[in-house]
Amino acid sequence: MALIDTINPLLTTGWAKGDAGWSLKDYEARGGYAQLKRVLASKMTPDDVIGEVKKSVLRGRGGAGFPTGLKWSFMPKAAPEKYVVCNTDEGEPGTFKDRDLLRFDPHSVIEGMIIAGYAVGAKLGYNYIHGEIFEIYQRFEAALDEARAAGYLGEKILGSDFSFDLFAHHGWGAYICGEETGLLESIEGKKGQPRYKPPFPANFGLYGKPTTINNTETFAAIPFILGMGGETYLNLGKPNNGGTKLFSVSGHVNRPGNYEVPMGTPFAKLLELAGGMRGGRRLKAVIPGGSSAPVLPAEVIMDCTMDYDSIAKAGSMLGSGAVIVMDETVCMVKALERLSYFYYEESCGQCTPCREGSGWLYRVVHRIEHGQGRAEDLDLLNRVTDNMMGKTICALADAAALPVRSFTKHFKSEFEYHIEHKKCLVDPEVQRAGSGFFRASSVTGAA
Amino acid sequence: MLEIEIDGKALQVADGSTIIEAAHQLGTYIPHFCYHKKLSIAANCRMCLVQVEKAPKPMPACATIVTNGMKVFTHSDLAVKAQKAVMEFLLINHPLDCPICDQGGECQLQDLAVGYGESASKYEEEKRVVPDKDLGPLVSTDMTRCINCTRCIRFTAEIAGFMELGQAFRGERAEVMPFIGKTVDTELSGNLIDLCPVGALTSKPFRFSARTWELSRRKSVSPHDGLGSNLILQTKHDKVLRVLPLENEDINECWLTDKERFSYQGLNSPERLTRPMVKQGGEWKEVDWSVALDYTAHALRDVAKTHGGAAIGGLLSPHATLEEMYLAQKLLRGLGSENIDFRLRQNDFSADGKRQGTPWLGMKIADISRLDRVLVVGSFLRKDHPLIAQRLRQSAKRGAQVSVLHSADDDLLITLAARAIAAPSQLPVMLAQIVKAVSQLKGVAADAALAGIAVSAEAQAIAQSLVSGSNAGILLGNFAQQHSQAATLHALGRQLAVVLGGGFGFLGEAANSVGGYVVKATPGATGLNAAAMLNEPRQAYVVLGAEPELDCADGAQALATLSKAAAVVVLSPFKSQAMLDYAAVLLPVSPFSETSGSFVNAEGRVQSFYAAAKPLGEARPAWKVLRVLGNLLEVAGFEHNSSEDVRAEALGGNPDFVAGLDNGIDGVSLNLAAGVSGLERVADVPIHFADALVRRAPALQQARDSAAPTARMNAATLAKLGIGAGERVRVGAGATVILAAELDAGLPDGTVRVAAAHADSVALGAMSSVLSVEKA
Repeated sequence: MALIDTINPLLTTGWAKGDAGWSLKDYEARGGYAQLKRVLASKMTPDDVIGEVKKSVLRGRGGAGFPTGLKWSFMPKAAPEKYVVCNTDEGEPGTFKDRDLLRFDPHSVIEGMIIAGYAVGAKLGYNYIHGEIFEIYQRFEAALDEARAAGYLGEKILGSDFSFDLFAHHGWGAYICGEETGLLESIEGKKGQPRYKPPFPANFGLYGKPTTINNTETFAAIPFILGMGGETYLNLGKPNNGGTKLFSVSGHVNRPGNYEVPMGTPFAKLLELAGGMRGGRRLKAVIPGGSSAPVLPAEVIMDCTMDYDSIAKAGSMLGSGAVIVMDETVCMVKALERLSYFYYEESCGQCTPCREGSGWLYRVVHRIEHGQGRAEDLDLLNRVTDNMMGKTICALADAAALPVRSFTKHFKSEFEYHIEHKKCLVDPEVQRAGSGFFRASSVTGAA
Repeated sequence: MLEIEIDGKALQVADGSTIIEAAHQLGTYIPHFCYHKKLSIAANCRMCLVQVEKAPKPMPACATIVTNGMKVFTHSDLAVKAQKAVMEFLLINHPLDCPICDQGGECQLQDLAVGYGESASKYEEEKRVVPDKDLGPLVSTDMTRCINCTRCIRFTAEIAGFMELGQAFRGERAEVMPFIGKTVDTELSGNLIDLCPVGALTSKPFRFSARTWELSRRKSVSPHDGLGSNLILQTKHDKVLRVLPLENEDINECWLTDKERFSYQGLNSPERLTRPMVKQGGEWKEVDWSVALDYTAHALRDVAKTHGGAAIGGLLSPHATLEEMYLAQKLLRGLGSENIDFRLRQNDFSADGKRQGTPWLGMKIADISRLDRVLVVGSFLRKDHPLIAQRLRQSAKRGAQVSVLHSADDDLLITLAARAIAAPSQLPVMLAQIVKAVSQLKGVAADAALAGIAVSAEAQAIAQSLVSGSNAGILLGNFAQQHSQAATLHALGRQLAVVLGGGFGFLGEAANSVGGYVVKATPGATGLNAAAMLNEPRQAYVVLGAEPELDCADGAQALATLSKAAAVVVLSPFKSQAMLDYAAVLLPVSPFSETSGSFVNAEGRVQSFYAAAKPLGEARPAWKVLRVLGNLLEVAGFEHNSSEDVRAEALGGNPDFVAGLDNGIDGVSLNLAAGVSGLERVADVPIHFADALVRRAPALQQARDSAAPTARMNAATLAKLGIGAGERVRVGAGATVILAAELDAGLPDGTVRVAAAHADSVALGAMSSVLSVEKA
């Protein structure tokens, strides 16, 4: 994988051979399943495992950043039936790390899930993989077959008293099924719609049983944490932001792709790893954590380090680690229109503010983009987003509202220009050139 | 109990209460759409957002469980701002077509928009349009008005028991719809209209006929099954245009069956009898009341004089009011006849004289919901008693075990603990097996008569379920009461309840199935019962409210007997061709909506009601007609001036519940004979054909539950006869009818199910019989 150029690779160590390195023997050669064997052989108690994960300060890699060890400790001990569920519904535009994790190193996720099952006392797990990456689903199924044949899954694993089995489940491409309770509904065969919480999945999860749901990358990190010890893992990153993180860098960079860096790596370093700005153009803005995270202007993001706390301080979210880089050829109104369309399309329709508001936002932004904006539209957008945020069952309404608020806040002049002049501030020729489909030579500012 | 504060008012609420329930306790209204006390919590409309101290965001009052010390603000700036925000979102895609919307004036969205909406919309984009759906003949749709609260979806899934509606598509394109090509066919579908907070689901028969504020409202009582649902009749210009439930948690809760809701259409049927008619020289003539009454009195007096009072028989509908039945039996007895009966579909009268009191439900209706083990014997429960089925459905979800002993395995949409499905002739033996198995499990000596009986696995499973609880109930349905060994089923059911220490009772076929016993509309010691009156033809009959050819156990025989009688006096709200053929005089009497009266429901509750409308044409309340006939015939004690006078005399006062309710029975020799050769008929009374009123309700007659009878058999029976499903077959004993054969996997071997109470199957004769079936 030429695209991979990391500092201290951890989760991505297995990616070096690309598609040739995913199988069980390769994984075992890298030291795979050693942690599972150690946990079962040394009779580490589930609490010991959870304790180690707590020490690592591993925070959920799906977007919310909730401490994983703490989440596991919420699982009721006595319940006879429990589940472990992996969320590979990676639907957030800009995110593609879990796809590569399952593609190049599926066994790390399987091992992480088995250990998680041991820690929370579950005997059954599901990995929910979104529908657009069917070949990855097949890859994961193949890996499951290998693990089952090798005795890592099934009854009395490796001669211990612990039994655990794991199944892959593929979705059909609804973004909302990435919301953990929507995902559970979908596994149950129902329409994917988030549930009202509480009760949380740790009490009332899959089929009403206590359930732990974590992101793919979270599970993949577990064997490494147990291997090096929680404290060592924590120290790879910075306090309260343990370990390394995969960033899916996309947009106007020379080498888009997944990059694993320690938490706290400066954004500038990440940009450098991704080969810098394409065509040497100027950085305009970055969405640091997937499309629902507020956009940050170049000058703000260049001062940030890539970790939960720094990005939050700058007014955005690290989210799933999807870094969308935009250069000066981007019309922010058009970019926002795309994002708003996505959330309009993906709202599940359950809660009134999101069902009705997401369409309203899209239509107004669409209007502005198409030269039919009105002077009062920016206030209207502000009001509608205000009325949507924090009023729904899940965070999709906020996800739809935050881009609108951040785009219109940081790039207000561009929106005003659009409304007033009925056209983009960035010349359409420049935009077309920036999209990469046209030769850059005719573009001003191009190298 | 938890101490909380709502808008500064302190109160104590039970653990696990939600904010909206707590607020309700205080009388504080929190606006809402998706929340409904009988349905699961969806929390999707977001209208009920309130402020909770220390919570960063507004919380949905319907879904937020209160905690000790919680402080809730329902009218704070934060709460009101959130509520207004939600209202704005609800309205942007709502058509705001209130002037042409049937819900206008009784619309939750319209009402709340007054309080929380802006005077003008800031939404200037194109509005959403949603295609309408065909939900069947009862519920009309205007889906563009839908606010996706999902109450209707939750109702079908949770209350009616089968999810017939769902929400397809996502986001703004989300639509509530039935399954592709299907309609909503639950017998409770009309409740969707009440539940819908907007004008998306409205009443198909009612829509566009009146505005809510034009309607007068009268409380009333359902004249159909034994539950006695409480109704609100809504009238305009003395015409009932709509029926809504009157909430009564002890009876119908907040629901109505479709039969109860839409049967009012029959009140305005073109078959209503509006003038007295007499037959002279074979010709029907409309006459004045005085002529008709004189004619009637003469006819009856003549027969009584010439042949004796015993030559007169009285067939009374169990749907008649208490007052009507009381005066009818008093009149007949005054004429010297003891031939009086209201149990028209009953077959086995051998329990007469052995009962210790009036047979009844054996418990309060609300107590049914408290039973933890239930055995339903011989009942098409979901169609005969939809709201009791509904209660048991909820009980089963809470952990109660419901078992069934019946001759058809219709899907009750209840998770059953155990079931035994056997041919009608096997039911007594099966019940005896259950009694024996329960006795053994309880270590009680079983009845000596059961000594030789072997317990089957099905009976054992039911027995095991029954003994595993602490509050069992045995309920006998209509089919058990119409059974040819009904007395045996009664005695065994009672025995079973005694061994279990549980409840026992009858579900009650009709609105006044208990009342008929109370006012002694039953034969005296020397009198003939309903079946005997038809078996041993009388010279004259008085028929009150019934259509014997459809309402009797053997309609064909009833028709034949009545046709031969010298004088048949019919008091009926309707006329039919059959009546015109056999009757000598037709007296137009009021249906329940046009008279005052009382029904005694299955639990023995006396429910009186007033007329909601003036009688149609020259129809008169039947109690008045009978009162005058009493005077004309010079029978003593017909001086009543009101239906209340009649009720006071009949019940010895004005009690809430009638006295003398007792399901005890003595001296029945158990009839466990099961040797029947040939195909046994399983006859149900279809929900929309059970009485004269519902038979004339056009919208109901288009519902799926109103399909014409077929000859239903299981695969083995069909194969044995060499008949394929869908083929035409000749069914009959003596007379035959041609019906379509239909596969019904839920029937036992050697049975053929043909519905009764339908013109197409009248010729088959007795409901309980052996039929031949052959290819037509």
